[in-house]
Amino acid sequence: MMFLEMRGVSKRFGGVQALSNLDFDLARGEIHCLVGGNGSGKSTMIKIISGVQDPDPGARITVEGREHARLTPVESSALGVQVIYQDLSLFPNLTVAENIAIAQHRGLTGLVKRKRMREVAEAAMRRIGVALDLDERVSHLSIANRQLVAICRAIAADAKLVIMDEPTASLTRHEVDALLALTLELKRRDISVLFVSHRFDEVLEIAERVTVIRDGVKLGTYDAKDMTEQRLAVLMSGQSFTYETRDRAVARERPVLAVEGLCKAGEYQDVGFALYPGEILGLTGLLGAGRTELALSLFGMNAPDAGTIRIDGEAVTFRSNRDAIARGIAYVPEDRLSLSLVLEQSIGANVTVTVLDTLKDRLGLLRRRREAGLIRDWIRDLAIKIGTPDDPVRTLSGGNQQRVVIAKWLATKPRVLILDSPTVGVDLHGKDGIYALVKELAAQGLAVIMISDEIPEVLYHCDRILVMREGRLTGEVMAHHVAEPDLRRMVHA
Amino acid sequence: MPDILLRTVGRTNLRLLALLAVLCLAVAPLVGDRLFAPAGLRSMAYQLPELGLLSLAMMVTLLSGGLDLSIIATANLAALAAAAVLKAAPDGAGGALLLAYEAGALVAGLAAAALVGLLNGTLIGYLRVSPILATLGTMTLVKGLAIGLTRGSVVSDFPPAILFLGSGSVIGVPTPLLLFGLVALALGILLTRTPFGVVLTLMGSNQQAVRFSGIDTRAALLRIYVLTSLVAAIAGFVMMARFNSANAAYGESYLLVTILACVLGGISPTGGFGRVGGLVLALVVLQLISTACVLLDFSQFLTLAVWGGILLSVSLIAAVRDQLRPLLAGLRAPVLRPAPPQV
Amino acid sequence: MRNASRGGRAPQELWLGLVVLGMVVVLTALRPNFLSVQNILEMMNATAFNGILVSGLLIVLIAGGIDISFAAVASVAQYAALTVANATGAGWGEIVAIAGGIGLGLGLLNGVLVSTLGIASIIVTIATQSVIYGILLTVTRGQDIFTLPAWFGDGVDLFVTTDAKGNVYAISLQIWALVLAFASAWFLLNRTHFGRQVFALGGNPEAARRVGFGTTRLNLLVYGYMGLVAGLASLVQAQYTQSVSPTALVGRELEVVAAAVLGGASLDGGHGSVLGAILGLALVVIMKNGLALLGVSSYWTDFFTGLVIVAAVAGMAARARRRWHDSPGLA
Repeated sequence: MMFLEMRGVSKRFGGVQALSNLDFDLARGEIHCLVGGNGSGKSTMIKIISGVQDPDPGARITVEGREHARLTPVESSALGVQVIYQDLSLFPNLTVAENIAIAQHRGLTGLVKRKRMREVAEAAMRRIGVALDLDERVSHLSIANRQLVAICRAIAADAKLVIMDEPTASLTRHEVDALLALTLELKRRDISVLFVSHRFDEVLEIAERVTVIRDGVKLGTYDAKDMTEQRLAVLMSGQSFTYETRDRAVARERPVLAVEGLCKAGEYQDVGFALYPGEILGLTGLLGAGRTELALSLFGMNAPDAGTIRIDGEAVTFRSNRDAIARGIAYVPEDRLSLSLVLEQSIGANVTVTVLDTLKDRLGLLRRRREAGLIRDWIRDLAIKIGTPDDPVRTLSGGNQQRVVIAKWLATKPRVLILDSPTVGVDLHGKDGIYALVKELAAQGLAVIMISDEIPEVLYHCDRILVMREGRLTGEVMAHHVAEPDLRRMVHA
Repeated sequence: MPDILLRTVGRTNLRLLALLAVLCLAVAPLVGDRLFAPAGLRSMAYQLPELGLLSLAMMVTLLSGGLDLSIIATANLAALAAAAVLKAAPDGAGGALLLAYEAGALVAGLAAAALVGLLNGTLIGYLRVSPILATLGTMTLVKGLAIGLTRGSVVSDFPPAILFLGSGSVIGVPTPLLLFGLVALALGILLTRTPFGVVLTLMGSNQQAVRFSGIDTRAALLRIYVLTSLVAAIAGFVMMARFNSANAAYGESYLLVTILACVLGGISPTGGFGRVGGLVLALVVLQLISTACVLLDFSQFLTLAVWGGILLSVSLIAAVRDQLRPLLAGLRAPVLRPAPPQV
Repeated sequence: MRNASRGGRAPQELWLGLVVLGMVVVLTALRPNFLSVQNILEMMNATAFNGILVSGLLIVLIAGGIDISFAAVASVAQYAALTVANATGAGWGEIVAIAGGIGLGLGLLNGVLVSTLGIASIIVTIATQSVIYGILLTVTRGQDIFTLPAWFGDGVDLFVTTDAKGNVYAISLQIWALVLAFASAWFLLNRTHFGRQVFALGGNPEAARRVGFGTTRLNLLVYGYMGLVAGLASLVQAQYTQSVSPTALVGRELEVVAAAVLGGASLDGGHGSVLGAILGLALVVIMKNGLALLGVSSYWTDFFTGLVIVAAVAGMAARARRRWHDSPGLA
């Protein structure tokens, strides 16, 4: 029996048709995957199911046999629909028990019944076999445990359908496995689960069906067993991107960057490698393997305890990232929105921020014309699609934002460019553009380190790949000498 | 054409100019030409710079995403430090000796203020204390130091050269106004035309991203708070010269008004956006209201209420407009679907 | 980070408690009369007004806002209530109703503006402070009320006792109002759904909305409560000083904010406790009282208060930095 049936659901925002005439259904106890790129309409769909947004007239939403033209948040919740947003929507300052049983606090009058709240929380945890300390504050929990709290909260609210928005984005493989086991447990209890994702996801392993939407149109619902990453990518983007592994001659004679015996307690141990001009070196491993910590050490923002970093054979010590930049190192952080860009400010200011001191005249004033010329040149060279350089960076697409970040670093004339997960939150077209750009830069002699936890990203766009696990480099392969499953095994091992 | 106007003058400034025009038109029939009579203009020219200089000091920190609650205390400390040096001059000193003491007084005042700025900057930049908390503490500390050292007394009677700062004029322009103009101009250039200014503005929106771009944000914060303190010190000198006295507790009611003036002048209270020009216009608006209230024989206290009321009304209009925007957009003829973002 | 002190609540209160305790021990050793009943009662009397305001501000801070206008609200409430009392011969019940009503009304106004204007609460309440205070001064022409009703001077003392030497001890209006204010704040914050919703709102406003807490209504209540508390506190203060001046209270806002912040209430919302607020308040009061007992000139009180605040906020920041230490790049 179907839990949810949607027929003829459309949604128009001003001039944008976010969803057009969408049909969708979900069986009771089914694990279903909803996949689509950025702006495909999948979040609009969640909002309509959860009652946050009304569909345009004409839609029929049937939940357990009862038909609705639209749902309000209260109705949706009463029908058993619970959404776990990517940010989890927890209260970091409250305890686990209070977060799980937060619905008990509805209504302003009345007194808190702590015992009752603990019982509710305990019951929810027991139902799905989770054990967490009820009195621990959520801010002290790991991401994976916070997610458990969010799921328990849905259970406590008597969920019949749990919608999870990008649930695996920040989990380690081990934690993803735990989540999958938990999902099967939910299924066993006849609770439907709808995973929402913008990429090929581990959750496909246990999903029964996959629905793909693009530009507000449903392309189809498929049996999950038949779905492959390749096929999904073609469906999502409407065109296929196929890549070959790189087999290119790189002169590995004099390394531009060489690291020996680099250690930082609790983060990484005994790391050693060399990077050559014109080479793209992949660094992969699970989240928490120490990749970002290592990158920050190379960028002078996380002083190592021991070991040496050599640039052109000369040992260097970085007291801050200014020292590293002066030696030709550039770093593009993973968190583009908060660490790479000043989103509210102009594209121009974001490009020139790294080289402001070189733009001043003898009086210390900025040379406006040279600044404008510099901005214009970089926008042209990197083919960044913008309105005017005065527009805020936030108005650009993810791919163009990342190009602005790369431009600001290229302006410092770096010799080593470290890219930390450069395509997070970038759609497939944008990714393709960034890969092409990076390859072009390498061809011009720039040495690149590309950090990523997406195996294909390092496999198809790097010359050589380092695998990091629990703070140690555990493997090194040439990209064209390794097959994807083998690399995957090296990472997960 | 309107586009260019909008970009060069700025939206906030255009609104303030409109507000100014409305005010003039509304007040003119009531007070006649008294508002712009030479006497009226003169009194405005001597009153505006006090609040103006303090607001400029506040603006610097607001732009950087912070706040400095200690500016008034700093201004008073600077004035008292200057006063102490002046009082140390031997009786009957004149000529070069007096001049040396006068110069020494200003230097001592600036130095005292710079020390407060260094303390603020260290707390905020290096110890990562939130600006509002750090300056809440130093405000009390600095005022307490001034009270303790002076035992709460008033120091008065300064030489003419100092008083000139508050009540003199240079070719018809009152000295305080001149000082205000110079400081405003200098800050305008500093904030928009130098790397420091650009960094300050960027930090106002996202300090971490600026730090990851290789900017020493801690040192920048130190410089920001020292700069603010120095501007406050100049305000202190002007106050001291106008009253011919210095005290630990002068001008305290200005503190919150400076924030109000900045916000009205389009300085974003969360940092990153705002122009000196906007603040100057806002100050002129506030001063006009104040003078009009005096001319209309309203209580001077009503001025404060009107100022607060204007800020609330301006925000209310903006909020209502934001509420209506989707409605208006929906009413418009069907718009073509915008092209998806290109890469 | 995960194995750091559990509950996260102990540090600030514990640390403050130790400092307060240390001060008490030192002061008692130096000046035995520090711990006399009379001195303790006097300290509580003197700090009642600020303390009651702290109890209200704490709730605003936990909800993620701030209120700067409460002193202006209190001034209006005080002035109106006692003007009516003088004119009509109204008694305690009436003036409590008037002061409380005015406070509540102005507080609700703040709440409405904060919810609808979409600008920071500090800016909104600075503006309302200017409006309220400006109108008050215009209407009253800045004049004090010189004569107060005779019954107002008598106060409402409880448990009046006289010791062998003839000293009179009493739980004055100020003291029981202070205790009541903190008790009520504690009860609201920890035992009612309203209080837990306030914590939730301060901890994650977006999530609070998603869970279905009426955040606009919640803001109204929070600022309304602050106004109510300010209105009532104004009577406590007027009774203590036996004077009503429109200019006496405004300018003390930041003192109250400082006490709340010393007690560990975060300006970002979501954190704060009544115990912490009491300790923060106690720290300032005991220090002032101690300096006086030790014969330090009162001119230096502000200086030492400032020193304590600076040291405390620097200490708090140091602990926060240590917590950050685990996340690289953010130290």
